[in-house]
Amino acid sequence: MTSTETDSTPSSKPSLPIVENFSRRAAVKAGFATLGAGAFVAAISPLRQAAKNTSAAEFMQTHYTELSTEQKADVIARLEAETKEKYGADVTIGDDRPIPGTKFVYAINLSVCNGNGKCVEACHKENNHDRDTNQSYIRVIEMPKGTMDMEQGSTTYTGVVPKDDKFYLPVQCQQCDEPPCVDVCPVKATWKEEDGIVVVDYNWCIGCRYCEAACPYHARRFNWKKPEVPAAEVNPDQSYLSNRIRPVGVVEKCTYCLHRTRRGKLPACLEACPTGARVFGNILDKDSNIRWILENKRVYILKEELGTKPAFFYYFD
Amino acid sequence: MSRIANLLFAGVVCLIGAMFFVATSRTALREDSHATPDAVASVAQSGDVSFQSASEPAAKSDGEQEAYPTVIRKPSGPPRIELAGTDPQGRTGSVACSTCHRVRQPNLDNKTAATLDEFHQGMTFSHGSIACYSCHNPDDSDSLRLADGTLVAYQEVMTLCSQCHSKQAESFAHGAHGGMNGHWDLTRGPQMKNNCIDCHDPHAPAYPKMIVGFKPKDRFNAPLDHSHDHEGAESHDEH
Repeated sequence: MTSTETDSTPSSKPSLPIVENFSRRAAVKAGFATLGAGAFVAAISPLRQAAKNTSAAEFMQTHYTELSTEQKADVIARLEAETKEKYGADVTIGDDRPIPGTKFVYAINLSVCNGNGKCVEACHKENNHDRDTNQSYIRVIEMPKGTMDMEQGSTTYTGVVPKDDKFYLPVQCQQCDEPPCVDVCPVKATWKEEDGIVVVDYNWCIGCRYCEAACPYHARRFNWKKPEVPAAEVNPDQSYLSNRIRPVGVVEKCTYCLHRTRRGKLPACLEACPTGARVFGNILDKDSNIRWILENKRVYILKEELGTKPAFFYYFD
Repeated sequence: MSRIANLLFAGVVCLIGAMFFVATSRTALREDSHATPDAVASVAQSGDVSFQSASEPAAKSDGEQEAYPTVIRKPSGPPRIELAGTDPQGRTGSVACSTCHRVRQPNLDNKTAATLDEFHQGMTFSHGSIACYSCHNPDDSDSLRLADGTLVAYQEVMTLCSQCHSKQAESFAHGAHGGMNGHWDLTRGPQMKNNCIDCHDPHAPAYPKMIVGFKPKDRFNAPLDHSHDHEGAESHDEH
């Protein structure tokens, strides 16, 4: 400091150079400092937004598979409270784990399916899908007879079904044994469980939609906006990995209604099918319906050449 | 030296400012995280109970291994004819088949409703070329009969259908034909299955046509002519 004074005193005699010098440099420095501080504030401002959008508990929540039982109970209680707050519905969110010794498999009788779309509607209601978009995990494709090429089909058919020159191919998640959607997930928010169901931790999903692009069956859905479900229509029987109301910006998929099937019940789409085309069961059980079908019917796998090894079969009578 | 000192000073000021900002935002977060478990604690209690109760009965029934039945729905009984007229007291009623058929001579050759001169005339019949009395019982019109003449109650209609439609009966027995409800796992609950005539009209058994009601509005369901992709492609071609 003393050296500064001795340096500047001689030159400062004519016109108060210290003040001039200070004002110029300091102004520039202060300007940049303000700019820097402003940039810093702008840079961390998303954190404040995040704090507004998500509670701290939700922000700090770890991956589903790393949660302890107590933490899971806390998370589920929080989700139930949030559903009450946002949707005005009293719901019970279970944490259904795979039943030991089960591997779920689905089969559809294409000779019987007439494309009426009741399964699509049942899925929509059961899984608390957005009412505005009529979202559903099932898509029924009207196919020309003589091909199994999905690209030749159409989902826009209406009116009276079945049409004489068409057959109907309901497509939903095939719960592949080699799931491409799981391989591409950069954050491991989706994985395959012991009973064969591919699940999504909606609180861990970052919404990059890689899985949606990777799925050859177009089975995944993205929540473009907050799902809107009237309180009276919310299905209160929910599960963490299944039909709890999903947040905006995450990917979701068919879980074979694990909130039902892991409690021993049949999936909602099967119960809704008026033609009885759908069969569901445990492939590890030698006496199950599904085993009899695989052994006695002409069974087809969708896009078998891709090597995804679906747990979903189509058969003909 | 003075410049470096000034720069250092500015740097320290910035750092303090930054720490201040981080600290405030963090304390906001921390306050939130403190508040949330407290507010949720009471809910967590009740949530915990349902959490437990959801998994407990499953474990119990697993241990028991007691299988619930598969219930096949049955018709309530022989059909009854609703009377068109009313009696002097204004009451309507229904009568059993045998009310008329006991006193009438059965025509064993009749195959369609068109050849009847009285009653059942509007009925559609489209079930092969079998005669009415192939299935209906001429001796007891309140029951059915098998091909060998054995009497079968209306409730056991599936026995009757199965004598010709054995393929379907076999599939039905293995859950590959006909709708069902309830549980796939019979150790946890029963299963209800439809019988033949829940879905098939016995006189015209072809499954009826249906009308598509519900349609999701996703990109695959948008009509091709109005889709964004298509419009984009068109404008590209024009350019």
